[in-house]
Amino acid sequence: MTPIRRALMRATSNPTTTAGAIITLLIVAAAVLAPFLAPYDPTEQDIIARLQGPSDEFLLGTDQFGRDILSRLMWGAQISLTVSLGAIAAAIVIGGVIGMVSGYIGGKFDLIVMQTMDVLLSFPSLILGLIVVALLGPDLINLVIAIALTAIAPFARIARAPTLVLKERAFVEAGHALGYSHTRIIFRHILPNILSELLVMGSLWMATAVRTEASLSFIGLGVKPPTPTWGGMTRDGFENILDAPWLAIFPGIAILLLVLGLNMVGDGLRDATDPKLRNE
Amino acid sequence: MISFVTRRLLASIPTLLAVLTLVFIIVRIVPGDPAMVILGDQATPEAAAALRARLGLDVPIWTQYFRFISAALTGDFGASMVTSRPILEEVAAVLPHTVDLTLAAMLVGVVVGVPVGIWAALHRNGVIDVAARLLSLIGLSFPVFVSGIFLLLAFALHWRIFPVIGSAELNDIPDRLYKLVLPALTLGLVMAAYITRVTRSAMLASLSEDYIRTARAKGVPWRRVVWVHGLRNASLPIVTVVGLYVGILIGNSVLTEIVFNRPGLGKVIVGALNQRDYTMLQGLMVIYCFIIVVVNLITDLLYGVLDPRVKQA
Repeated sequence: MTPIRRALMRATSNPTTTAGAIITLLIVAAAVLAPFLAPYDPTEQDIIARLQGPSDEFLLGTDQFGRDILSRLMWGAQISLTVSLGAIAAAIVIGGVIGMVSGYIGGKFDLIVMQTMDVLLSFPSLILGLIVVALLGPDLINLVIAIALTAIAPFARIARAPTLVLKERAFVEAGHALGYSHTRIIFRHILPNILSELLVMGSLWMATAVRTEASLSFIGLGVKPPTPTWGGMTRDGFENILDAPWLAIFPGIAILLLVLGLNMVGDGLRDATDPKLRNE
Repeated sequence: MISFVTRRLLASIPTLLAVLTLVFIIVRIVPGDPAMVILGDQATPEAAAALRARLGLDVPIWTQYFRFISAALTGDFGASMVTSRPILEEVAAVLPHTVDLTLAAMLVGVVVGVPVGIWAALHRNGVIDVAARLLSLIGLSFPVFVSGIFLLLAFALHWRIFPVIGSAELNDIPDRLYKLVLPALTLGLVMAAYITRVTRSAMLASLSEDYIRTARAKGVPWRRVVWVHGLRNASLPIVTVVGLYVGILIGNSVLTEIVFNRPGLGKVIVGALNQRDYTMLQGLMVIYCFIIVVVNLITDLLYGVLDPRVKQA
């Protein structure tokens, strides 16, 4: 059995991980199927039906413009998932390459690169994201860039540490003897050994990315209205909290559930791949 | 001890310089001319040139850089582009509110997190442990603005125990503490969740060491073994997490201040973002990073106090 399959089996035998995976998959399904399943158009306004509580007609009620909350939540999930997935994928690729190359080359180069990463780490991540989005302008791509920027340094660190050990191993030496290029050794021989670690960390960081995206949209730096975002919806609800508390509660719960689901999956994967816990 | 402190202090200088450089670069990546952004599209070229001169943007980029670094190193962050008041003055006016909030949140985090973490470790895989693990997972999944809104709805709007707005006069201490409760809980519960997790795993590792068996064998009371021998050796990872968490705490304090409408650095930074106050943003970023660097330094020094072996390294 391959190590990845063994880890997957260990992970799925843990009830918390399974529950997390179910929550996450349900939200992903709601996002993907939003165009078919959402009962209403998420941006269609209906002034007569504004600020209605949950009912048979509007399962989760309507907002200050009479828009259906459930439909907006389903469409909003697309934004949360796209931004976070994009940001974390970018952070894994960029951070991973920086970490591997830095560890592989070593010496002064490594020292300078890692110092730079430490500087990036010494910015409070939400503040860094806030300023980058505010300076570049709030749109989907800039959100991805800002959130990726806050996550690159940790991935570089995670990729570098095992590279330092792996580059001394016999199979890398054999690669040199066979005349393989450095690029080939890094991507074909070192990368496969650290990929699972990067992906496990990626699943944990997905949770953080979802939370950061929601926080930025709550502050007003998310994808612009009328596009529904969970953070933006919470903000709208917060402004109407005395008249319609459910407006803030439902998107808040949606964010909590997605972050929780992702954290549960990430935790389970980490435990399943951690050699220290393997014999428990 | 003195040489240890000096070494750590010296080591943080290059970091600080690099942080200042990065801040300088980030603020200058902005597309567009700040003078035109501030004055609007209708501004005459003369007015824009005059503003650029006032802001020091009319000299070569290298001169700007050296001016910025040397001013920052002497504690001069310049004046706000919008209000023209010195940035340090603006920050000093609201800093006590943010310090109140973050310190109180840390206190909540440690007071809740450490005992619960120890309790969970002592009942490994029992009901308490499973409950503590699940609750801490939920706790650290809460975006603070969501937990803030939920606490606000429950304790300020439904039961009306605490006020909706969290700002108080600084010299009215009882009122200041009363209004701090909900914001501090909001910010502290996430931290408590992190600390619970770390304390649990650090205690599990520490309690399985040989010196714990020795302590028990020579008849040290169990309570003392746990709280003194066990916790002291588990304290390093806990301190590390608290130190690392300060960055998250600062980010989260911005959200908490928005939800509870409290004055503080968070409101200043959001205001500066909305008004494109670049000098203010630049100054705030430096101040935030300075706080992080200082916290890292304190964490390092605490290592030395908690574990004398660190000092020799």
